[in-house]
Amino acid sequence: MLTAIWETEGLQTVGIVVLVCASIKLLHLLGLINFSEDSVEDELELSAVRHRPEGLEQLEAQTRFSRKELQILYRGFKNECPSGVVNEDTFKDIYAQFFPQGDASTYAHFLFNAFDTDHNGSVSFEDFVMGLSILLRGTVQEKLNWAFNLYDINKDGYITKEEMLDIMKAIYDMMGKCTYPVLKEETPRQHVEIFFQKMDKNKDGVVTIDEFIDCCQNDENIMRSMHLFENVI
Amino acid sequence: MAAGVAAWLPFARAAAIGWMPVANCPMPVAPRDHSKRQDELIILNVSGRRFQTWRTTLDRYPDTLLGSSEKEFFYNEETKEYFFDRDPDAFRSILNFYRTGKLHYPRYECISAYDEELAFFGIIPEIIGDCCYEEYKDRKRENLERLQDDQEENKDMRLPNMNFRETMWRAFENPHTSTMALVFYYVTGFFIAISVITNVVETVPCGATANQKDMPCGERYTVAFFCMDTACVMIFTVEYLMRLFAAPSRYRFMRSVMSIIDVVAILPYYIGLVMTNNEDVSGAFVTLRVFRVFRIFKFSRHSQGLRILGYTLKSCASELGFLLFSLTMAIIIFATVMFYAEKGSSSSKFTSIPASFWYTIVTMTTLGYGDMVPKTIAGKIFGSICSLSGVLVIALPVPVIVSNFSRIYHQNQRADKRRAQKKARLSRIRIAKAGSSNAFLQSKRNGLLNELLELTGTEEDEQKLTKNTSLLESQHHHLLHCLEKTTAHEFVDEQIYEQNCLETALQSYPSRSPSVSSHDGSLGTCCSRRVKRNTPLPNASVPPAHPVPAHQGPLQELSAVHIQCGDPPCHTTSRSNLNLKTDDSSRINCKSGQITTAIISLPTPPALTPDGDGLHGPPQRRPPPPPGHPPAPSIQTTTSSAGTNIVKVSAL
Repeated sequence: MLTAIWETEGLQTVGIVVLVCASIKLLHLLGLINFSEDSVEDELELSAVRHRPEGLEQLEAQTRFSRKELQILYRGFKNECPSGVVNEDTFKDIYAQFFPQGDASTYAHFLFNAFDTDHNGSVSFEDFVMGLSILLRGTVQEKLNWAFNLYDINKDGYITKEEMLDIMKAIYDMMGKCTYPVLKEETPRQHVEIFFQKMDKNKDGVVTIDEFIDCCQNDENIMRSMHLFENVI
Repeated sequence: MAAGVAAWLPFARAAAIGWMPVANCPMPVAPRDHSKRQDELIILNVSGRRFQTWRTTLDRYPDTLLGSSEKEFFYNEETKEYFFDRDPDAFRSILNFYRTGKLHYPRYECISAYDEELAFFGIIPEIIGDCCYEEYKDRKRENLERLQDDQEENKDMRLPNMNFRETMWRAFENPHTSTMALVFYYVTGFFIAISVITNVVETVPCGATANQKDMPCGERYTVAFFCMDTACVMIFTVEYLMRLFAAPSRYRFMRSVMSIIDVVAILPYYIGLVMTNNEDVSGAFVTLRVFRVFRIFKFSRHSQGLRILGYTLKSCASELGFLLFSLTMAIIIFATVMFYAEKGSSSSKFTSIPASFWYTIVTMTTLGYGDMVPKTIAGKIFGSICSLSGVLVIALPVPVIVSNFSRIYHQNQRADKRRAQKKARLSRIRIAKAGSSNAFLQSKRNGLLNELLELTGTEEDEQKLTKNTSLLESQHHHLLHCLEKTTAHEFVDEQIYEQNCLETALQSYPSRSPSVSSHDGSLGTCCSRRVKRNTPLPNASVPPAHPVPAHQGPLQELSAVHIQCGDPPCHTTSRSNLNLKTDDSSRINCKSGQITTAIISLPTPPALTPDGDGLHGPPQRRPPPPPGHPPAPSIQTTTSSAGTNIVKVSAL
């Protein structure tokens, strides 16, 4: 008998609770009640960052490109990135389009860091054009410097084996799966070993910038390849 | 590689310097850019609107017209621009494709016009961007459906050689094709109605006799109803067997819905005949009688709307399924809750959960019979929640079904409208086509008239005549003329052709006087138009008899050229006029030189005089002796003329 009464009363309570919760939810839905205070700021989300490069004359002075070349470069840049800056995802997208068979995202990440000299997370046109200026019109010393900067992931002035391994893996990733001969697990590691044998003169396990530049300047192939892309623009 | 990022290729190549120190082997030689020309602006002139863009922009997509050397075909040397005679509005989207790498489909553009532009510029429509692709596909599908509807109607065209079976099938499927089919259609419809009404009336209680209770009419007038039923079933059986016989694929026919309905409608009768009055099976027999109501579905052959409804329900099967599923879920939930809520109250009707199903269904569909009501407070609360949610759950899938139905219904209406307009359209198209062929026939007459006028008329009139046809027309006519000469046959008007066919069927003629026939033999071949035909006398009641060239049949074609003038008419008989050279000038000097040709065909009278009236040359005119009373000639003017005064000049 008692249980029957409790059952009914229990159900009544449940019913009333359900009703109350539903009405509260309805009011919240209609916007009359606000539970959390931080919902209003969502409306004021900033639109994409816009960036305008410095004037043409300044860029002309800072880089080794002519006026016309800068114009062409900017047109291409702005076409792809109308907001004026490239963030890392866009950069990865663009770079990945050139290597459809493999995964270029890791290498693009390293490249992005190499171009983003002020480390603010985006590459503006100035960064872009200055990097290109070094790569295409710079001296061999500057180019080798740039390459060292690329390999030195944490920018501490030393290339360790781990850093080199990361870079090597990233490069091999761009090849993808379908290669001849078939890519094996230890190929990047072996490549790193060869690299270190060549570069690391004092066998201390790291490569410094001087070791790097010295070694490259003594290598015929590398020297010749430095001039490979001179007439790209 | 997407062409949009082509601008970044120099960057990617420059960044490759990063690999150099790592590489062990020498690098390949870089390609030299021989055509190192400066990026230049090129001008694209599209129907007068000038678009300018960089050459490299267009080079991004080398497999299109603008990106390849194909555009050199459109280069205009004098103005140093590329000229395209196309729609400049549509060209906007195409040029934007080169600039941004994304092809957009503008909504205001007609889908087929846009497709044509894309095809012209060598761009495949599949690369339309995601933003516009759906819209493009929808429009394209709609257009295709519309065209398909048009094509399906063409299938209605009567095939020339249909055997009896095919004719019958066609009559069954489209009752409008012949009267017999229409009669059959209405008769079956009538009998379906009779059968359904009979079934209904059978159960109405007729007046009771004194000592018997109220009986339904079916039991009172058993024989009458049985006879009705038999008649209807016989008609249905015959109809079904005829359809089965006529069906092109009997197996498919037997599987179709309509045939199953037919079978289900007539089977109970036969089963009833076969079964005895055994008490055990009479229950089953009664059940079978229920199936007689399926006869009403036979009406769907007669009603377009019913078919549409059925088709809609079929196409909304998923929505209906969702509705059913959600309803079932809600019913079970609420029935359970109500049961437990009402368990405590005394004398509650909610004896079990399945018993509560009834309450839930009635409440959710807002029927509310009131035979079961909750008494406790909890029950009432949950009951109200149940009815509110019921409205929502049922209202959700209904708009989808409605929109589907509306779409299919409008499609059908459009098809009907198009069918109705089709007749008018076809006749207009036929007139237009006839216009062009008549233009050719008229120019032939003009050619004759030219020769005529060479003798009699003045120079300026000749020029006036020839000026009326444009260069394109005259070249077209020359082409048709060459075809005539090639095949040694002539183009004639449709009516004349039909009449000729009729006449060949009725009569056959031996060839007449040899001289005439030899001349006539040259007719239609390379020879002159002069040996054409005689002149009729439109006002004369006695048309001449004509010889018939053996190989051409009774071609009574007349070339009579009417020169319409504003001057007072000269209602003289034509032939004599020609011989009066003096009068010609007065006629030909009519200022309003509107020329109409009349093609007059005369059925040949039975008796022909041996020496026919072939005209062998313009000066020779011998009026043929009228043999009898041939029927009146039929005059048909091919071009309408504004004025009323028609002076007929007979050409040769």
